[in-house]
Amino acid sequence: MSTFTSDHHADLPAVLETLHAIGRDIVAPNAESVDREARFPTEAFAALKAQKYLSCYVPVEYGGMGLNVTDVTRMCEVLGQYCASTAMVFAMHQIQVACIVDHALGAPFFQAYAREMVAQQHLIASATTELGIGGDVRSSLCAVVVEGDRFTLEKQAPVISYGAMADAILVTCRKNADASPSDQAQVLVRRSDVTLTRLAPWDALGFRGTCSEGFSLKSSGAAEQILPVPYADIHRRTMHPFAHCVWSSLWLGLATDAVQRARTAVRAEARKNPSVTPISATRLAEVDNVLFSMRGGIRQTVAEYQRVLDDPSSDAASGFAFAIAINSLKLTSSQLVVDIVGKAMLICGIAGYRNDSKLTLGRHLRDAYGAALMVNNDRILGQSATMQIVQR
Amino acid sequence: MNSDKIRAVIAKHARLSVDAQTLADDSDLYEAGLTSLTTVNLMLALEDAFDIEFPDNKLGRKTFESIRSISEVLSEIAGA
Repeated sequence: MSTFTSDHHADLPAVLETLHAIGRDIVAPNAESVDREARFPTEAFAALKAQKYLSCYVPVEYGGMGLNVTDVTRMCEVLGQYCASTAMVFAMHQIQVACIVDHALGAPFFQAYAREMVAQQHLIASATTELGIGGDVRSSLCAVVVEGDRFTLEKQAPVISYGAMADAILVTCRKNADASPSDQAQVLVRRSDVTLTRLAPWDALGFRGTCSEGFSLKSSGAAEQILPVPYADIHRRTMHPFAHCVWSSLWLGLATDAVQRARTAVRAEARKNPSVTPISATRLAEVDNVLFSMRGGIRQTVAEYQRVLDDPSSDAASGFAFAIAINSLKLTSSQLVVDIVGKAMLICGIAGYRNDSKLTLGRHLRDAYGAALMVNNDRILGQSATMQIVQR
Repeated sequence: MNSDKIRAVIAKHARLSVDAQTLADDSDLYEAGLTSLTTVNLMLALEDAFDIEFPDNKLGRKTFESIRSISEVLSEIAGA
């Protein structure tokens, strides 16, 4: 899909400029209350929908903007500078859009759905984890049951981020009642066809605005809403790499803003005695150096993923080398974001520690600690360990 | 065919969701629950059981998709 989008996509610098304006005027002013009240970033999403950004990854021929994964990561990075929860919801939604765009547009139902998604600016959530399975998204207990041209599907999901706000949910499940746990399908479930019963509230340390509540999900629909390829393929080529690219990019935005706050603190201090460079400036140079490494790793891995997507004949996405690179991206970025915010805190001092100062870093620090847990780093490291044995 | 020996290795190491004894030689092991990660465990166990080493170009999904395909690759390695 991305082969033609790279020629036709909208002007990225203009998009990023608009996004910065939305960030300054709408996202940032609401970030504090989104965090405190653990509420959905309604104002931000109204603004993003008004610009049709929810369908930015949909190809131009279906009415979207035809942006590619590189562009989407840059958008997540910008949003992450203003509110990491807003950026995370945006990122998770784009992952779902990419699953459909990269794998399902051969099917008439999804061609029509792509146009509908653009017209109505649908927000799509994801139900992967399951009670009784834990965080292994490549295993399901629940199964989609097809009878005639209809399906039914029930899932006990400990987490569906912004599930209550979504217009549709992509649900992973076994492809039929006899299938093994790893033989999965992905099903698009519409809000009008789903009953969500809350299992667990969302009162967490960070990423509070993602409203990642648990639900018992009960749904039905047309059999053509089942994505036409095995989830194993979707996971390898899109879900796994796309997710870690957009997540890492919004963490980069979060880290960038923390360093910017540290720079503000250093400049204020330097002003008091312009002829002497303060010690905190050395610390600033040091933390900016870590930010440089984080940004470099992300840019390089996103570029590698873009090359894989731009070459439909490439089998690289199936290889362990690619999967290990994506895992390394996640592991490294999720650790560096905590390191960077911590260093920025030391520079900002008490102004960073206070919740009521302009340089506060409390939300940044709390959000940063979530990065290692969403798909736990130990699980990812364990998978890389297995792959390392045969990787050459 | 050394399919019984392969089947025994699968039963012990492939962590399938079905009983390996019920697998036909042509059954799709990935449909039976083999994943890209458990393929590594299976590969290591086969190397140990048959005292061979899979060459890099045989470390793909195609080699491990059925008992028959594994058996063919093992014969190929033994004959090489």
